[in-house]
Amino acid sequence: MTTQILRAASEGHAVPPATAARRALRLVRPFLALLARDVRVLRRDLGGFVLRSVTQPLLFVFVFAYVMPKTQGGGGATPAPGGVSFATILVPGMVASAVMLQGIMSVSTPLVMELSYTREIEDRVLAPVPLWTVGVSKIVAGAVQACVAGLVVLPCVLYVHAPGQAPHVSLGRWPAALGVLVLAALLMAALGLLFGTVVEPRKLSTLFTVMMVPITMLGCVYYPWAALDKVGWMQWVVLANPLVYVSEALRAAFVPGVPHLPAWAYLGVLTVGTALVCALSVRTLQRRLTD
Amino acid sequence: MAAIAIETRNLHKTYRGGGREVHAVRGISLSVREGEAFGLLGPNGAGKSTTFGMLTTRVQPTSGSMRVAGADPVADPVSVKRRIGAVTQHNTLDRQLTALENLEFRGRFAGLSVRTARQRGQELLERFGLGDRGDAMVHRLSGGQAQRVMIARALLTRPAVLFLDEPTSGLDPQTRVNLWEMLREMHAEGQTILLTTHYLEEAEALCERITVVDHGRTLASGSLEELTSLKGGDSVVSVVHEPGTSLMNVLEPVRRIPGVSRTEADGATLRVFTDRLHGVVPAVLRASLDAGLFVLDVSVRRPSLETVFLALTGREYRE
Repeated sequence: MTTQILRAASEGHAVPPATAARRALRLVRPFLALLARDVRVLRRDLGGFVLRSVTQPLLFVFVFAYVMPKTQGGGGATPAPGGVSFATILVPGMVASAVMLQGIMSVSTPLVMELSYTREIEDRVLAPVPLWTVGVSKIVAGAVQACVAGLVVLPCVLYVHAPGQAPHVSLGRWPAALGVLVLAALLMAALGLLFGTVVEPRKLSTLFTVMMVPITMLGCVYYPWAALDKVGWMQWVVLANPLVYVSEALRAAFVPGVPHLPAWAYLGVLTVGTALVCALSVRTLQRRLTD
Repeated sequence: MAAIAIETRNLHKTYRGGGREVHAVRGISLSVREGEAFGLLGPNGAGKSTTFGMLTTRVQPTSGSMRVAGADPVADPVSVKRRIGAVTQHNTLDRQLTALENLEFRGRFAGLSVRTARQRGQELLERFGLGDRGDAMVHRLSGGQAQRVMIARALLTRPAVLFLDEPTSGLDPQTRVNLWEMLREMHAEGQTILLTTHYLEEAEALCERITVVDHGRTLASGSLEELTSLKGGDSVVSVVHEPGTSLMNVLEPVRRIPGVSRTEADGATLRVFTDRLHGVVPAVLRASLDAGLFVLDVSVRRPSLETVFLALTGREYRE
């Protein structure tokens, strides 16, 4: 049987589909086990995970949607276009930035350590699976965490606000929101894999201040992209920032009334871009793992 | 004649980077039979770990061919990984998991069910005297315990070949002896083992056959008896003189002493290779004294891996 297949392969015939399928099937269990490992670790530190995801957005909405409006007598922190409350603008933005933060950090931070000080990665490298499954499993596990972070942050930013400052958000388009959430989580986790593979451990804190802070500040989290037309050049520069597309896509789903990027733009980036970054990051990790 | 578990032909590994080339391995050939305990011995930097990496699929060879447990580590790494267990030099246990979970997940990565993996894991922990440490997080384990968990993890999938890279490096002497005992037991049960070590006594204690490597090359291969009779059959008498002493005048008279096969001057140290010690030691000393040299120390080493290495390289073995 084996020799037949070998002969078939060497003569240039396609390998019988049953074999290819069986080979793929043999990967399912190890792959799920790689994910199960991350879930087990996450479960052990669930409190820490929720705290990490929620603290920053919660404080942000507390200050800007509750404290500021109160101190300014109900005017809101910044006038938003079309008389929309700042809280309304913030809801999609905060969810997007939470997904970004968890997606990137939950993959990159442990990976940097596993690749350097602890060398734990050798354990995964010696698992009897192709190396690419190690990268893919890290993306999927990171994406799950990013999705959960987004879903945990959503109620926080929906319900924390000063009286009369409630965000006007429609949850009716939840399937679109959920689709965007999943794509965004994959994109961010793949970026995390890429950063975690190429960043040296001693530069990890630099990654945070030099990458994550600008990505957040310039990611259309606190303002819609359309409002940037008053700073024309910036409207174009921020298009290099992947978070812009996530914020805008979620804004289109949650607050369709506010002007946002056209659907083809954010959907294009979130599908094609995600696929490209996934492929690139998995490939980079694979290279890093073989001497 | 037992089947071959590992075979390599003329393995090379060159690292390129920054305009420099480092030849880590330059032509290592070995052949390990099933059921054998095989040692790859050499000083630090000899290329052992690189060879280990190539055999366990982690390092891509620059040239040469290999076969490990019936598969090619380059063309079919997954099959090789499925059939081997490897214990690397550093503690690579998953620090986010307990000892037992480390074993459980290794089994599950290999496609075992949760139940089978946990059951085998518990059995192995008990066998290695860690039955009550299963729920301990990795950072709570001592160095020796962690090493045993690593070995248990490598054995979980019942590998055809167990690879160990410097298994007792950094362990205290008692723990090391215990680990040797464990490895001997496994070998007695038929487990094929390949280990790298820079400890001469470890290779002598555990391995049926040994390949001595240095600077990325194979120096000699064979059983301990073969190696010592082949190259290091002589005992070595070392006479250390005052620093700065010239040995010019003493070499010739020493060479004429009956039973002396070879002499070597290494700085102020005179090394005399001989197949009989009787009478040679006093004669060598007398020659030094007659030449008016001041002797600080005399030592005699019986044929061992140490003298083999000395005979092969002309250098003292540095661990």
